[in-house]
Amino acid sequence: MDPGLLAQYVMNGLMLGMMYALVAVGFTLFFGVLDVIQFSHGDVLTVGAFVALATYIGLRSAGISSSPILLLAMLVVAIGAIATLGLLIARYLVLPLRAAPALNTLLITLTLGTVLRESVRLFYPQGADPKSFPALLPTSSINLGQFNLRLDNVIMLAAGAAVIVGLQLLLNRTKLGLAIRAVAQDEETARTMGINFTAIVLFTFALGSALAAFAGIMNGLYYNEINFGTGLLLGVIGFSAAIVGGLGSIYGAILGGFLFAGLQTIGAVALPFAGAYKDVFAFAVVIALMAWRPTGLIREKISERV
Amino acid sequence: MLPGAAALALATVYVIALLAVEKQPLVIGLLALAIVAVLGADRMGLLASVSRSFAEREDTLGALAILAAFVVAAFFHDNHFVLLLVVTVLIYAVAALGLNIQIGYAGVLNFAGASFFGIGAYTAAVLNAHTAVPHLLVLPTGGLIAALIGSLLLLPVLRTRGHYAAVVTIAFALLFKTFLEVNDVLGGPQGLHVQGMNIFGWSLNDNMAVGDIDLSFYLGYFVVSMAMLVGAFVLVRRLVRSWIGLNLDAMRLDETAAGCFGLDVARWKIIAFTLGNFLIGFAGALFGMVGGFVAPNNYTFADSLLLVSILLLGGIGNPWGLAVATFIVVVVPEKLQTIQEYRFLLYALLVIAVLLFRPEGLLPRPMRRYVAGWRP
Repeated sequence: MDPGLLAQYVMNGLMLGMMYALVAVGFTLFFGVLDVIQFSHGDVLTVGAFVALATYIGLRSAGISSSPILLLAMLVVAIGAIATLGLLIARYLVLPLRAAPALNTLLITLTLGTVLRESVRLFYPQGADPKSFPALLPTSSINLGQFNLRLDNVIMLAAGAAVIVGLQLLLNRTKLGLAIRAVAQDEETARTMGINFTAIVLFTFALGSALAAFAGIMNGLYYNEINFGTGLLLGVIGFSAAIVGGLGSIYGAILGGFLFAGLQTIGAVALPFAGAYKDVFAFAVVIALMAWRPTGLIREKISERV
Repeated sequence: MLPGAAALALATVYVIALLAVEKQPLVIGLLALAIVAVLGADRMGLLASVSRSFAEREDTLGALAILAAFVVAAFFHDNHFVLLLVVTVLIYAVAALGLNIQIGYAGVLNFAGASFFGIGAYTAAVLNAHTAVPHLLVLPTGGLIAALIGSLLLLPVLRTRGHYAAVVTIAFALLFKTFLEVNDVLGGPQGLHVQGMNIFGWSLNDNMAVGDIDLSFYLGYFVVSMAMLVGAFVLVRRLVRSWIGLNLDAMRLDETAAGCFGLDVARWKIIAFTLGNFLIGFAGALFGMVGGFVAPNNYTFADSLLLVSILLLGGIGNPWGLAVATFIVVVVPEKLQTIQEYRFLLYALLVIAVLLFRPEGLLPRPMRRYVAGWRP
């Protein structure tokens, strides 16, 4: 295996891992504060990507063509819109069902995902076709021997890492983060201590959804294409990654995301005759991991002993 | 018994009407009428008395229901499309019954129902094409293979709880579809052709004629799937009323307490999971033969979700509610042809509405009756 190809695979794996990690962190955040799995997270990501695309088209037709401004505008609009969407989902669909059995919340978020996906397919002009996403990052590449290090990949990796580090800082160094962690640990005590439970939950959902929008834009920039079905698989993979890493732990989610990407890459590399089996391989390993560590790799602090 | 029989008669008339009309405004009108009638009946407490009457006189009403189904089939004896719809409803109902044993009685989450359905169908495809196994035997073989493959998931399913358990079956559902798509031996994305059913020389895929009356070939399949549904229904009802059902209920409601009372939780979960998969695979094998072909696209995670929402819509744990919900889920999208494009969207919105406003489903499971003649 020549080092150039290997480096290419590694880069690919890192990018995928970053995207999965961002989605998985969203799942972990939602689970942490409300004990709920928000299955529509992946489709929220798709909506974010489409909102960004619509913003781009709108701004281009208004005459703006400077890439940094376009990118910035897309980020701002998509993140703002999707954060609002996340907030609305929490307020009207998840919070009212807190007393219901967990299966109901699971199903309602799953069907919400279908609603979002179908809405994009039906109401966006020619929504069923894949749409090309503009390449707004510099496309030059640095040549390192047999391997071309693309600049836009580096920028995206750095941006993703920065977002995750920023999230960690938010959670660990700010009062807001402290409130989120308190609510995640013990709702009643947090309320007793004067934390506004509803506000924190809504904020967390908005934050997680904003992360999804960012991941959606990253997805679009990386593949130069988006379609209405992207979110479903990304959502399930992100969910599996969060579970494997251990729900409720941000580090677990990041670990799970990169682990899943790593599994896919190993599958693609190690089975050269059957690269298409990489997903089968990755999911099979996930199932085996669940058999070995039923509560995830990084155990929840308090969990049922199995 | 009267409320139940009256409800059955009304339902039969309505079903015939709904299946017969073609014009879209009529269909929408009929559906609106049904919604209003059901809501009104609920308000007046009629639904509860129908439920009670079904619980008390189950055997008689069951026989009447079978008769009603045959009446419907006789009415549409030469209409291929309607009969195919009816057969699909019957087969999906059996699969939903299998899923019900897992989720509704034992509390074992299974989000890969469509995958096991597909395993049964693919087994039928392969066995029919390459072996001389009699087709009636292919059906339970499909169930067996589904149960066997399901047993691969037993260890993770037993060791996990709640959301973690959900991941195992979701991962399997995705894995299964991808596996089928990339595997050329099993036909790849195009799938495989399935030979029609052939019982003792009578090929079910040929049209029949009795005297002057032309009969659609789906009537043969109707009889077979009706027999399967009745068998599965009786099995499930007997199971629930027996000590096995008691054990499953106890396990679902509180595992720790059940364990303290001496129930072997692992053993019952294994039994429920395997039995459910067997039923689902059984139904899948028949479905493969009815449809004539199997393809990975029919057995995706979304289809598994469809089965789970059938369970939820009908009322988890109530086989009668399940039958009604299967009918609604299969027939309504087919009838509303003008909004074919929007049917997934509308269907999803319907499920959300049900979850928000009536989470117990259409016909919630009645309380267990320990003593004959007891009324709540």
